[in-house]
Amino acid sequence: MRNFVWLALLLAAAIALPWAAEAAGQPATIGLATRILCLGIAAASLNLILGHGGMVSFGHAAYYGLGAYTVGILWEHFRLGEPLWGFIPGTNELLITLPVSMLVAGFAAALIGALSLRTTGVQFIMITLAFAQMLFFLFVGLKAYGGDDGLLIRRRNIVPWLDLREQDQLYWLCLGFLVAWLVLQWRIVESRFGRVLEGIRQNERRMAAIGIATYRYKLAAFVIAGMGCGLAGALTANYLRFVSPDLMAWQKSGDIMVMVILGGVGTLLGPVVGAAALVGLEYALGGITENWQFFLGPILLAVVLFAPGGIMGLLGQGRHRRG
Amino acid sequence: MALIVEQLLNGLQLGVTLFLLAAGLTLVFGIMGVINLAHGSLFMIGAFAAALVAQAAGNWWLGLLAGVAAAAAVGIVVELVVLRRLYARDHLDQVLATFGLILFFNQGITMLFGRQPLMVALPAGFQGSVEVWPGIPYPTFRLLILLVGLLVAVGLYLLIQRTRIGMLVRAGATHREMVRALGVDVRLLYTVVFGLGALLAGLAGVMAGPIGNVQVGMGEQILILTFVVVVIGGIGSVRGALVAALLVGVVQTLLSGFVPGWLRQVMPGSEADALGSALSSMGVYVLMAVVLLVRPRGLFPAHA
Repeated sequence: MRNFVWLALLLAAAIALPWAAEAAGQPATIGLATRILCLGIAAASLNLILGHGGMVSFGHAAYYGLGAYTVGILWEHFRLGEPLWGFIPGTNELLITLPVSMLVAGFAAALIGALSLRTTGVQFIMITLAFAQMLFFLFVGLKAYGGDDGLLIRRRNIVPWLDLREQDQLYWLCLGFLVAWLVLQWRIVESRFGRVLEGIRQNERRMAAIGIATYRYKLAAFVIAGMGCGLAGALTANYLRFVSPDLMAWQKSGDIMVMVILGGVGTLLGPVVGAAALVGLEYALGGITENWQFFLGPILLAVVLFAPGGIMGLLGQGRHRRG
Repeated sequence: MALIVEQLLNGLQLGVTLFLLAAGLTLVFGIMGVINLAHGSLFMIGAFAAALVAQAAGNWWLGLLAGVAAAAAVGIVVELVVLRRLYARDHLDQVLATFGLILFFNQGITMLFGRQPLMVALPAGFQGSVEVWPGIPYPTFRLLILLVGLLVAVGLYLLIQRTRIGMLVRAGATHREMVRALGVDVRLLYTVVFGLGALLAGLAGVMAGPIGNVQVGMGEQILILTFVVVVIGGIGSVRGALVAALLVGVVQTLLSGFVPGWLRQVMPGSEADALGSALSSMGVYVLMAVVLLVRPRGLFPAHA
C-alpha cells in the first residue's frame, strides 16, 4: 500500500513537472525530461527480456532506431507526396505512425529473435549485436533516407486534440505512453506468462523438463520488448525531429543496457530511474566540466562494485541478486 | 590480379591485427569468464604510448617497447583493482563496469592529448615497398605487421602447448573449477593471463599506429570486430581466434574492396559507393550470424 502512495506522488510530480519548470524559469528541463521518458520506455522494454527473461540483448537499439526511422520515412514520403514502393502512402498522423512503428519493430524482433534464440549466453549477446550492426550499416547505406547524415523531420506528427509543437504537450503524451507501457509490463510480469518467463531466467532446463516450450515464451517476450522499444523510438523521432543511424548504433544499445543495470535489473521502475540517473548525470556533470565522462565512468564502476542491485537496490526495492 | 593479391594481403594484415586483440580477449573470456569491453582501451593506450615515445625519442622501436609496456602495466592495474572483484559477478555487472572503464580511459586520453589524431612516422628501413609478386609492390611495414602477427601466433602456440603456464591456461579454459581445486594459485594465473592479453592488445595498437590515425575511440571501432572474431572462433580457443581473425580480416577487406565496384555497374556512382560500403560492413556480421546458427559455440569450441 505504501508503495502505491509513493507511486501516486511520483506520478503527480511527473505530471506537474512542466508547470514547475516554467515557474522556475527552466523550460529546457521539459525537453530533458521528455528524453528521459522516451529512453525510459526503451530501457523498460529491454528489462522485460533482460531482467525477467534472462535474455541479454546487446542489440536492443535496433528496434529503437527502426521505430524512429518508421516515423521519419513515413514523414519523408508524406512530404514528397509519393508512396513508398508505389503503394504505401506517407503520413504524419501519430495515431498511424506509432502503431506502424511498433509493428515494424515487432516484425524485426520476431525475425531476429527467431534466429538469435537458438543460441544462449555470450553467443546470444553477440548475435543480437550482429543483427543490430547489420541494420545500422543498412541505414548508413540508404542514401535515399539521408544515409550517414540522417533524416530531418520538419514538423512533429499531428494528433487530434493535441499540439505536439508545444513541448509540454509532447511531454505529457510521452508520460502517458510510459505509464501505459509500465502498467502493461507490470501486468505481463504478474501473469502466468510472466511467471514462466521468470522460471526460464532462473532455470530454463527445469522449465523445459516440466513441459513448457521455452523457445516460444522467450520469442514472444522478445517481440513484445522489441515493440516497446519501437514505440520509444517513434516518440524519440518526434521529440528530436531528426533520425540518424546513431539511434541504432551499438553504443546506444550499451547506453540502454547501462540504464537498466544502473537503475536495477528486474524491477518495474528501475529502468526509468536508470534512464533519469544517466541522462541527469550527463547533464549535471556536463554543466560542471567538459570532461564529464571522466567522472561518469568511475561512478558507474562504483555502482557495480558497491551497489550490485543498482539504484533500486540502494532504495531497498531491488530484487535479491547474487553479489 | 594485382588488386586481388594486394587486397588479400591487406585482409591478412587486418586479420593478424585482429588476432593480436582477440587472443587476449578470448583467453580472458574463456578462463576468467569476464566480458571485458575495455580491451579496446588497452589497444588505444598502447598506440598512444608508442606514438608519444616514438615522437619524443625519434625511434619507433623505443615506441614499440613503451607501447607494449604501458598497455601491460595498465592491464595489470585494471585486473588488480577492478576486474578481480568481478569474476564472481554475472555478465551484466561486467558489462557495466568495463563500459565505465571505457568512458574513463577515453576521456582521460582526451584530457591529456586532445582530440587531434596523432600521426606516427614509419620506422626507419620500413618506409618503402617491395615486390611481393612480379609487378606488385607492397609496403614493407605492412609485411612487418604480418610477420609480427604470425610470430606471435607461433609464440602463443609454443607457450600454450609446451610450457607449464600454458598447461594451466589450457586447463583453466576447459576445467576452471578443477584447476582451482588442485591448489593452483588462480589469482596469479588470472593476473598473468590478463597482463599477457593487455600486452598483445598494446602490441596491436602499436602496429596499427603508423597505418591509421592514433586517436580516441580507435579502440571501440576495432573492439566490436574483435568480439566477432572471438565468438566465431569459439570462446577460449586461441587457435579458433587465429582462424576467425584471418577469415574476418580477409572477408571484410575483400568485400569493401570489390562490392562498391560491382554495384557501380548497376547503379549511379555515389549511391553505389554508399550502399557498397554499407553492404561490405554488414558482411562480417552476416558471417558471424551464419556461423553461430550452424555452430552455436563457434568454430573451435574450447569447452568440450
